Amino acid sequence: MEYILIIISAILINNVVLAQFLGVCPFLGVSNKVSTAVGMAGAVTFVLVLATTVTYLIQTYVLDKLGIAFMQTITFILVIAFLVQMVEIILKKISQPLYQALGIFLPLITTNCAVLGVAILVIKKNYNLLEGVVFGASTAIGFGLALIILAGIREQLELVDVPKGMKGVPLSLIIAGILALAFMGFTGIVK
Amino acid sequence: MNQLQNFTKGFFKENPILVLVLGTCPTLATTSSALNGMGMGIATTFVLIGSNVVISLLSKVIPDKVRIPAFIVIIASFVTIVDLFMQAYVPSLYEKLGIFIPLIVVNCIVLGRAEAFASKNSVLSSLIDGAGMGLGFTMALGILGAFREIVGSGAVFGYKFIKGDGILVFILAPGAFIALGYLIALINKLKRT
Repeated sequence: MEYILIIISAILINNVVLAQFLGVCPFLGVSNKVSTAVGMAGAVTFVLVLATTVTYLIQTYVLDKLGIAFMQTITFILVIAFLVQMVEIILKKISQPLYQALGIFLPLITTNCAVLGVAILVIKKNYNLLEGVVFGASTAIGFGLALIILAGIREQLELVDVPKGMKGVPLSLIIAGILALAFMGFTGIVK
Repeated sequence: MNQLQNFTKGFFKENPILVLVLGTCPTLATTSSALNGMGMGIATTFVLIGSNVVISLLSKVIPDKVRIPAFIVIIASFVTIVDLFMQAYVPSLYEKLGIFIPLIVVNCIVLGRAEAFASKNSVLSSLIDGAGMGLGFTMALGILGAFREIVGSGAVFGYKFIKGDGILVFILAPGAFIALGYLIALINKLKRT
């Protein structure tokens, strides 16, 4: 039951992009085509789950043990940058098709604040390892959901005649706002 | 380019939020009121100035191949300083900004200035660039925060001057997206004329 609560609240109620504003840059940046949005969502899911696990272990077994919890920000960002780099190298070696699909998105993920944000949130919320991984995975699904919906809407809007000043970022932001309004409707699911 | 231009470019011509559209996450998340927005802006400004100065001092020492990780470590150190400082002296603001203080590390503006400006320019220019960009960022956050606070609750800096409840949605998440969208559209319109 607890896990179901975590999943529903991370995907729908506290959606990472639309309610918590994490990962807005890639949300606006790679949402012009559904196919790229799917690739990005896949890459984020992969890295997020991996990063949550590793940072959790580092926090519990290194930082807390040594009493240097204040080094959290520096350690986490380095670990994430290192992980992303490593995933890229490994993918290139073992699976060419997967690398072709996710590869170009990987360097962008280091500066995706959703990854660092979730890693810190897991520690702040005092989750255990399994809860943290479930939270990370469902956050990534929530990110993918919002990204793919926005990409779908933007594809439909390509041929629409919009005022020049509104083209691009402003229009995407306003669509995201309306999406966020729609997602607010889920608030009642969990008390 | 003289130093005055270097300072003022962050306010309008190259405003990080309104023109370059960098660092949107903290922009949207912390502008539920003018005060929160400006608090976030000042914290980021401090990190920007500090990291710009240190990076331009060390730019000759850091090997080119590992410059990005080195920049990130320098930025993360300043973020940790701000984080601990705010936790100690302004706990109420720290609580409100929450996770977005450590997330200054991944703010594209800070790394962007380090890579595009501080690693190639003198210490003084980098300092002025950091201050200008940071204050431009603070200004944009302040404007957006004030707008959302006025429309959402009829108050600014907590001082209420319009009776009634206001349009609550502007303080909540959807209002952030919509307000920033229209603000950027307005800037685009102004730029053309």
